[in-house]
Amino acid sequence: MQLDNLYQEVILDHYKRPQNKKLSANYDAQVHHVNPSCGDEIDLNLTITDGTISNISWDGVGCSISQASVSILTDLLIGKKIDEAYSIFDHFVALMQSKGTVSGDEAVLEDAIALAGVSKYPARIKCALLGWMAFKDASVQAQSKSKLD
Amino acid sequence: MTFDPLVIRKDFPIFERSIRDGKRLVYLDSGATSQKPVVVIEAESNFYRNHNAAAHRGAHQLAEEATEALESAREVVANFLGGAVDEIVFTKHSTEALNLLAYSIGNSPVGNRFHLQAGDEIVVSEMEHHANLIPWQQLAKRTGAVLKWFEVTPDGRLDLSNIDGVITNRTKIVALTHQSNVLGTINPLTDLVKRTHQVGAIFILDACQSVPHMPVNVGALDIDFLVFSGHKAVGPTGVGVLWGRANLLDELPPFLFGGSMIESVTMTDATWAPAPRKFEPGVPNMAQIVGLGSALNYLTAIGMQKIHNHEIAITEYAISKLQEIQDLKIVGPVDMNLRGGAVSFTLGDIHPHDLGQFLDNSGIAVRTGHHCAWPLTRKMGVPATTRASFYLYNTLADIDVLFDGVRDAQKYFG
Repeated sequence: MQLDNLYQEVILDHYKRPQNKKLSANYDAQVHHVNPSCGDEIDLNLTITDGTISNISWDGVGCSISQASVSILTDLLIGKKIDEAYSIFDHFVALMQSKGTVSGDEAVLEDAIALAGVSKYPARIKCALLGWMAFKDASVQAQSKSKLD
Repeated sequence: MTFDPLVIRKDFPIFERSIRDGKRLVYLDSGATSQKPVVVIEAESNFYRNHNAAAHRGAHQLAEEATEALESAREVVANFLGGAVDEIVFTKHSTEALNLLAYSIGNSPVGNRFHLQAGDEIVVSEMEHHANLIPWQQLAKRTGAVLKWFEVTPDGRLDLSNIDGVITNRTKIVALTHQSNVLGTINPLTDLVKRTHQVGAIFILDACQSVPHMPVNVGALDIDFLVFSGHKAVGPTGVGVLWGRANLLDELPPFLFGGSMIESVTMTDATWAPAPRKFEPGVPNMAQIVGLGSALNYLTAIGMQKIHNHEIAITEYAISKLQEIQDLKIVGPVDMNLRGGAVSFTLGDIHPHDLGQFLDNSGIAVRTGHHCAWPLTRKMGVPATTRASFYLYNTLADIDVLFDGVRDAQKYFG
């Protein structure tokens, strides 16, 4: 079925068993993002240690795409250098905005490649990007905070 | 003439196309916007082909014809609502109509009956669409007036147990929806309007979800202002209607200034044309207004009571079928007393956005989310719902397809 391109097994797995879905007590930055068109919400905590993303934790409500996407993000980005994380971020955003013309690099995106089908459903791109935009926001805040410290 | 939705569907060209690789279109999103019959599409197109010129301007035949077409449509709208021709103001949409009221009221000087001051009260309800909440919320902030509201009961009705406590001697404006776009609830207006007038306030009715679906007569309701959108009533987008009592429109100051709304202008001052012209600056959306006239004529020929009865039958069937589904919870009244054709529901842990996507894959168009009524979905304790909304072209077979789709979704996401 056509829909299976959108709802890949990996996505439904992450939706049913989300990773890192428990807000940590400590963090460098905490953000709250919403998707005003559908009401999806996410809180995300981020910790950066010596230029490496040492922890991302989150909580939220939303559709399987938004929830799976942030779960995949945490698996993918925890332990990465911040520059590398931004490179993955740019890859992912380009894939989402590709309208299905780009297949994405699995070596870079790992499980996030399963979200490639989302790019053909314009209404769902914001769902997939909710957690990623929250991450970007938190990372900027965390870095500006560390400069102040 | 007997009412047959299968015959009616033939008037709507969009039902000739298919969805997602050959599926039949099951359109259950008329609460967002309705589909258009061919007479409306042709009326709009015919205006551009044969009569296009700036209405109320120009000394030539086309301008005369454009003016005639525009003013004929105004007459159609007036007759449809039971108002007078000069009581019909055309806007871009009902959202603009409500903002027009809020800004015009906010512009009213001391001594004008609409003038608001700190401590005056504006009454809305928890079930308002954002378009009938935020203009009043912000007007209250600008003027120091107090925003009050009727709460919603767990079964999706307005809590009217204390009308006299909510609408008080300090109340200046009561702005309520006729039918909730989320819950389908039709609000009983008689006591509310009576109390509003008893305290000397004005009653504004958001009729976006009622005027397209049932007979609505402004005289019988005894209200002061009403707004509705053309595009939800098989008409074009880009045209909304504000109806107001003639004496109130006369006293209300204008909101948008510019060409055609004036009586006289000098470099330092201006006076206004009589209503409705003082509220209609700029060249209006003429083709769309003409299309709306055609749309209301189309609905009238079928009969608003027949359309309402049909929707009641569809809704009753939908509620009974949906309630058979395990984990499906209807958000809103489940009895048919004072209830229209919008049914919102949740389905266990399956998020509405996922359900909507799944249904789309079967050709079923529903709305998902908070439906521009975020305070209401919060109050009902759900982050979002799926809404099926019905109109004259829907059939019982559409409901069967929805029923099967929802059950298949449970298997898919289960």
